Amino acid sequence: MLKILKYSFYDLMRSRWSYVYFAFYFLLGLVLLFLNNNLSKAVITLMNVIIVLVPLIGTIFGVMYYYNSKEFTELLLAQPLKRSSIFLGQYLGVAISLSLSLILGLGIPFILYGLFKSGVIWDFSLLLITGTFLTFIFTALAFNIALSNENKIKGFGYAILLWLFLAIIYDGLFLMSLILFEDYPLDKLSLIGTMLNPIDLSRTLILLKLDISALLGYTGAVFKTFFGTYFGLIVSFIMLAVWVTIPVLRIVFKSKRNDF
Amino acid sequence: MKKKIAFLLILFMAFKSHTQTIEVCNNCSIASLKKAIEIAKDFDTIILKKGTYKEHNIIINKPLTVIGKNYPIIDGELKGEIITIVSDNVTVDGLFIINVGTSYTEDYAAIRVKKSKNFTIQNLVLEKLFFGIYLEKSKNGKVYHNKIIGNAVEEYNSGNGIQLWYSNHIEIEHNYIEQVRDGIYLEFSDDCLIKNNISTKNLRYGLHFMFSNNDIYQDNTFENNGAGVAVMFSNKIKMLNNIFKENWGTASYGMLLKEITDAEIKGNTFKENTIGINIEGTNRINYTNNNFISNGWAVKVRGACYTNTFIENNFLYNSFDISYNSNVNDTIFNKNYWSNYTGYDLNKDGIGDVPYRPVKLFSYIVNRTPETIILLRSLFIDVIDFSEKISPVFTPDNLLDKNPLIKQVAW
Repeated sequence: MLKILKYSFYDLMRSRWSYVYFAFYFLLGLVLLFLNNNLSKAVITLMNVIIVLVPLIGTIFGVMYYYNSKEFTELLLAQPLKRSSIFLGQYLGVAISLSLSLILGLGIPFILYGLFKSGVIWDFSLLLITGTFLTFIFTALAFNIALSNENKIKGFGYAILLWLFLAIIYDGLFLMSLILFEDYPLDKLSLIGTMLNPIDLSRTLILLKLDISALLGYTGAVFKTFFGTYFGLIVSFIMLAVWVTIPVLRIVFKSKRNDF
Repeated sequence: MKKKIAFLLILFMAFKSHTQTIEVCNNCSIASLKKAIEIAKDFDTIILKKGTYKEHNIIINKPLTVIGKNYPIIDGELKGEIITIVSDNVTVDGLFIINVGTSYTEDYAAIRVKKSKNFTIQNLVLEKLFFGIYLEKSKNGKVYHNKIIGNAVEEYNSGNGIQLWYSNHIEIEHNYIEQVRDGIYLEFSDDCLIKNNISTKNLRYGLHFMFSNNDIYQDNTFENNGAGVAVMFSNKIKMLNNIFKENWGTASYGMLLKEITDAEIKGNTFKENTIGINIEGTNRINYTNNNFISNGWAVKVRGACYTNTFIENNFLYNSFDISYNSNVNDTIFNKNYWSNYTGYDLNKDGIGDVPYRPVKLFSYIVNRTPETIILLRSLFIDVIDFSEKISPVFTPDNLLDKNPLIKQVAW
């Protein structure tokens, strides 16, 4: 598996795309910091970018990579190799190279700016950690979609739909159901609703840092233990880890069954 | 004429020489403050040396100066009130007063001033108290440099740090008050000046006005209280250059204004409060040059507010700038700086060319269904906020800042 991981990783490193991705984040970081001149505002803008763009790029890139390297995968499948290690190797190769582009691309401008001396270092590292988690989650989901669909167009379609659903439509449905059932106690429902969507989950995680004063304005014991203590942070991280594990397990499962 | 002055001078000196100093210490002939007060004549000075004096119900009924050397301890042994001043022209300085009794029928205080004028209470340290300094129907007093540290846990069985009741023209400066019910409480007290105090970790309010008019409070810091300052049923109060910080909780405000008129709020900083200012039934109030930084809600408008004017304030990184629960508006916003403003300034006059709408649709939704707060900063919410911005339906359409500033206001 490690060999395949290494191969995929170097393959991606050689291709333009990870550089483009890196350059994009690098420029974004530079522009935000040096034209804005305000660290807290930059962190807020970055949060918006991370919870929208990182999943999108993760999904598209994952699907694209899978379809592009299909011939090579078929070649590998003919070798005496475990199927799970082939696909997991490829998956990790994509996810790690994307995460590296993200971390380096955003990290370097912030270090140049003198981040270590400022107080927002924790907010910022939280941003990078959630960004990495999102990359792993959405690349895994993309691999799942690609594995289940032979047809490229269909695969891309589903991938984009998945992103659109989790990034926007889900919140709309969520909001409507909250308003619809406003006569009932909703704090548990709203927390569970958040847990079921990785984008919402990472958004909440960042909210815990940025908007804690607003979140504490709501009366409700469940909310209060969730947001007021480290409990919320820990549960959110566990859920993110679960969100990585389940799609990865399905990759393993599906790749064993699939007929290539 | 010259003779007259000389005579007066002599008289004054004779008078002066008559005042004596009485020293009190644990093993002196006079070993208690009560005894010293008993034998003292008017305008004498009593000096308390270092030591512990177990006394309560000390009544100062003549104009005296009581000075503690190296903070002598007066221990009330939880039996009731400790010092009561019932005479004019009394000064109490440098005492360490502990163990005030708790009662559900009487407001026992560490030091109480009753119907007196021209008193000075300074450099006291009060601990384990019920009420700290209680001024009752008194006038022209000064309360300086005191440190009041309570251990209040529940509102119903705790008292206030400094309480004024029907007391006018009082100056309260440089005090530090911690963990009592209300840090400073004014009821029916007019023309007072409250300056440079720090009030923190109090259960209810850092500073509380009830039915008090023409007061000024400035340069104070209110941190981590139930609510920073509550101003209720009062008129013409000036609130200048105060700092309101980290008042967090479901009913926590930096400042709570209720039924007040003609106030001036200038140069204050509201930082990281759940609600910066909560206004309800407030009329003709001018908010100028305030900083609202990283609050949950910078300003929450509840209703019955007329002619509130916000000019040249900075609204920086608040989760919500303004929240409204109706679509009638009589509040004026002009020339403020909003960090959420996304417009442009083509003619470069420092004023944005597009008006700013400080009320978002989402804040309206959160008012209705508070649980939806969990969707804060979601892309979907941004989309519906944007559509509301283009054509307001739920939020008051005349609620806008026509001249939003491009740069932060400096003063």
